[in-house]
Amino acid sequence: MAEALVPAGQEEAAAEETHLRHHFATPEQQMDASTLGMWTFLITEVLFFGGMFTAYAIYRNMYPGAFASTSRYMDVVLGGTNTAVLICSSLTMALSVRAAQLSRRKDVIRFLILTMIFGTAFLVIKGFEYHSKWVEHLVPGFNFSYEPVYYQQHAQILFFLYFCMTGMHALHMIVGLGLLTYLLVQSWRGVFHSNYYSPVEMIGLYWHFVDIVWIFLFPLLYLIGHRG
Amino acid sequence: MSAHHTPIPKVGTLVMVWAALIILTGLTSAASYVDVGEWNIVVALLIAVTKASLVVWIFMGVRYVTTLTRLFVVAGMVWLFIMILLTASDYGTRSWTYQAKPWANNPAHGLSR
Repeated sequence: MAEALVPAGQEEAAAEETHLRHHFATPEQQMDASTLGMWTFLITEVLFFGGMFTAYAIYRNMYPGAFASTSRYMDVVLGGTNTAVLICSSLTMALSVRAAQLSRRKDVIRFLILTMIFGTAFLVIKGFEYHSKWVEHLVPGFNFSYEPVYYQQHAQILFFLYFCMTGMHALHMIVGLGLLTYLLVQSWRGVFHSNYYSPVEMIGLYWHFVDIVWIFLFPLLYLIGHRG
Repeated sequence: MSAHHTPIPKVGTLVMVWAALIILTGLTSAASYVDVGEWNIVVALLIAVTKASLVVWIFMGVRYVTTLTRLFVVAGMVWLFIMILLTASDYGTRSWTYQAKPWANNPAHGLSR
């Protein structure tokens, strides 16, 4: 069917427009393969972060009191703001993919820039939080001291997990910003249109995944023990 | 030759998901100040899973992908579940068999005293 739509001798031009590689029959098949491949990668990421979430679950179950006591050192306002910032960035990312699907080059660029602004804002806020953790002597292994003292040992485990998990998350954000920069350059050059937008879509999947990690980190790290 | 056999999402749908995610963020923050004992973590995780599902289904477009890709997504969740379940079953049952000095009350060891 697909061949019949392209007059003889124009297959190459059509393949160039859709960036169709010779080992795929149709652009649809190529797109499905990209999506499956990206999800396979994201599942390895789920299990990578999942290891840390498992460690968190085990230690929280072992030392519930110490873990709950850390909540008053967490800034819920900054954490909540960052959650909202990331959700906004996910919306602009989804809108950017949509704009690419509709060949609206300017909208793609606009929404990519907005996504990058939200992503950067997240990292800046995170930086302020890290700074205050350092000032309050809550960096495990370096200058850790904790009130109440009898929780010091076990609260340190929570802060260790906090820095591992939010640190790996922030690293993923930085990688994401790099990928968005690449998308920005490519869309500036007018590479993407309704017949070819899979890089926007795939990097979008990555960006949403990083958002989901934070959706779990926020309640688990910031909202453990406000009650009572 | 069009590549967009996947339907294009409506702006309204995307904005509604965004609004739902913001509201659920407020809800989970507010709920963290209400003590329901053992259910605290359940409520927090239920809201987080709901938010994640919205992102996966609408923003990540899993509603439009092939059955094979969907199978992969579900498989990923299953592996995660296995990892957490088996690790927890290890740590959760260690105390069942733990003795400070297993040989102390067991003459068969021949090591007592």
